Amino acid sequence: MHAISAYPLDVAAVIAEVSRATCGAVATFVGTTRDHNQRRRVLYLEYEAYEPLAIRCFERIEAEARERWPEVGLAIHHRIGRVDVGAPSVVIAAASPHRADAFATARYAIERVKQIAPIWKREYFEGGEHWIEGAVAHPDDQVARQAALARACG
Amino acid sequence: MRVTVRLFARLRDIAGAAELQREVGDGATLRTVWHALAREFPELERYTASISGAVNEEYARMDARVNDGDEVAFLPPVSGG
Repeated sequence: MHAISAYPLDVAAVIAEVSRATCGAVATFVGTTRDHNQRRRVLYLEYEAYEPLAIRCFERIEAEARERWPEVGLAIHHRIGRVDVGAPSVVIAAASPHRADAFATARYAIERVKQIAPIWKREYFEGGEHWIEGAVAHPDDQVARQAALARACG
Repeated sequence: MRVTVRLFARLRDIAGAAELQREVGDGATLRTVWHALAREFPELERYTASISGAVNEEYARMDARVNDGDEVAFLPPVSGG
């Protein structure tokens, strides 16, 4: 259900992984490379992951989501390597009998990916490149987890 | 005993290697492995407060013991998505 891939992500394939006859809703989140960041023109991003730990993190995020939304199915696919402007770096699909839980799960999942998944992006912009460093990854930090839940349920 | 150290993103750039083999003393923890590495590569020092650690592909606290043959990993702040 979860994957790290060096090849372009296929949104329809991720949706198909979670689709069930019992589900009336599939919500998707597609994260793409934006052409600007902090007033710089972004040329492309390059992603790197600690793959086995990243997959375990995705499984953990799925288990966390089920604690709150027991009926959801979740798939998280993340790119590594070069991702050009406009191309997907992450695809999340959440399926549920009803739409509210599907939307909430997809939002929760992307927030948690950004908090704890061992994945890094290097931004190549006009005139240079640098690693982006975001959240300090502490999977057991309940404050971060509650913040992700609050965003999902906002 | 001997451990494999894996480094990612900027940490890998600083050390100039994605993977290192290092001898560590008995009773070593993730923290002692990190500090030895930071002595070797002083630019790593500024990450001491913001790294996460893993042992054998699972997140672990910095006071976790490491054993002979373990794969330990140090992770700078993450930026997936």
